[in-house]
Amino acid sequence: MEWNTLATALFGPDHGIARDGDFLRGSPSFDGAPLTVIGTTNHAPIGVRLALAQAREVLDTLAHHPGRAILLLIDTQGQQLRRRDELLGINRAMAHLGMTLDLARRRGHRVLGLVYDQALSGGFITSGLIADACDALPEAEIRVMRIPAMSRVTKLPEAMLTALSQLNPVFAPGVDNYVAMGGVRRLWRDDLQAALREALADAPVDDRRAQDGAARGGRRLAASVTQRVLDAA
Amino acid sequence: MTAPVLRAISFVECSARERLSHIVDAGSFHEWLPPAERVTSPHLAQLGVPMAFDDGVAIGRATLAGRTIFVAAQEGEFMGGGVGEVHGAKLVGLLRRAIRGESGERPAAVVLLAESGGVRLHEANAGLIAVSEVMRALLDVRAAGIPVIVLIGGANGCFGGMGIVARCADHVVMSDIGRLAMSGPEVIEASHGVDEFDARDRALVWRTTGGKHRWLCGDCDALVDDDVAEFRAAAITGLESSKPVTLQLLETEHALLVNRLHLLDGEVGGDEAISLWARLGVVDAAGVGDLNVDAVRALRTV
Repeated sequence: MEWNTLATALFGPDHGIARDGDFLRGSPSFDGAPLTVIGTTNHAPIGVRLALAQAREVLDTLAHHPGRAILLLIDTQGQQLRRRDELLGINRAMAHLGMTLDLARRRGHRVLGLVYDQALSGGFITSGLIADACDALPEAEIRVMRIPAMSRVTKLPEAMLTALSQLNPVFAPGVDNYVAMGGVRRLWRDDLQAALREALADAPVDDRRAQDGAARGGRRLAASVTQRVLDAA
Repeated sequence: MTAPVLRAISFVECSARERLSHIVDAGSFHEWLPPAERVTSPHLAQLGVPMAFDDGVAIGRATLAGRTIFVAAQEGEFMGGGVGEVHGAKLVGLLRRAIRGESGERPAAVVLLAESGGVRLHEANAGLIAVSEVMRALLDVRAAGIPVIVLIGGANGCFGGMGIVARCADHVVMSDIGRLAMSGPEVIEASHGVDEFDARDRALVWRTTGGKHRWLCGDCDALVDDDVAEFRAAAITGLESSKPVTLQLLETEHALLVNRLHLLDGEVGGDEAISLWARLGVVDAAGVGDLNVDAVRALRTV
């Protein structure tokens, strides 16, 4: 879904969310309370500059609006694949963004991620995947890598990976696979305002993704292996 | 044995378990979910790919300078240290156990010997979620006032999601041959061409991601030689490194990163790494590549 269509559906035509290049920000009102919206569009690659721009918004919310909920609108092709970003410490800038969101959660801000278009690996770990809960639109695409590229890297035949991906959600792209694995909590269908209202009301504060993955059958071992470590003599 | 008694033991040449045995107090490592329990990846088995009985990571309890720590070591020789579902869940379990508050078990620190290309692509989706679970669990440990110490000096470096995880820790130790970054040079070259990043130019790769560069930028807290004894000493120093994450700390971090970004604004003539070091105030930046670790340690300005 196009970001402005989404913003209008959620907050009405006067949502006030502004686009600056690939960066989105605003503080629309929802059910009478202001919300910090931080996002990216146009399948933005997340480099140092864009990671820092998002972190700035989180820090400002922490400083000036204690307790205000934060909604992350996610559309990214992943981390910026440039040498200069590596030189500048893109991993540190990403960690910084993730840590600002983590601190917001600890200080009582609800932090929600919504994948409304596309989410990939590096751009996703320090946004939706570090929120209290990450939801998605049904038409969103989430992946680490497409199957042909995965086939090249792992040197396994594409047909084999495609066949296995029907049975095992860990191999294949797709928002449904991420729901099955617990990485995405649920999909927003139909009434988007009702979905946001519900998400704000029932976002968990602890990390329940491994249990969700086990309960949904998409990630059968993560929770039990973690428990075995806790129980080990 | 013809080697002199005091000859350094190379960290990079050791396996994960050998490193563990040299870093913690002799004989003190007690492993949880050891290879004998055969906790393996079901996804690799399904692909017909060889598995490891520890899924590429050893975790457990040990002592360091007499104090109880929890420790993990990733094995770079197995799938490049890639994080899969089981590998990640072992790390999460270790971190959660550190804070569960049972009497007598709270460790003085969690030490992670990181060597990883990031998400294990053979189980990509599960690995991606797992890395984010590790990140959250690590920040829970840090918030509990238990320092997390990351040691980086393996041949595969510390990349991808694990490069992010490392920078969430309280204390990062690197050797000069260690590497810390996000995307590997081969991936960047494949995406944007050899002119963007020549992955075979080793000097360029190390100027961009290596231990000396990270030290000069302040991305690691200690720079050591490729010597297990130096890693051990730096880990012991790290036991007192707990740095609570506060708004003030993150504002300072933000200012540092913004300042660094602007140091390379506009046209940069010549080598960008050397320009960055020079603009950070490093004396004789062009000579850094030839200097030994001791000499580079003295040059940091940040």
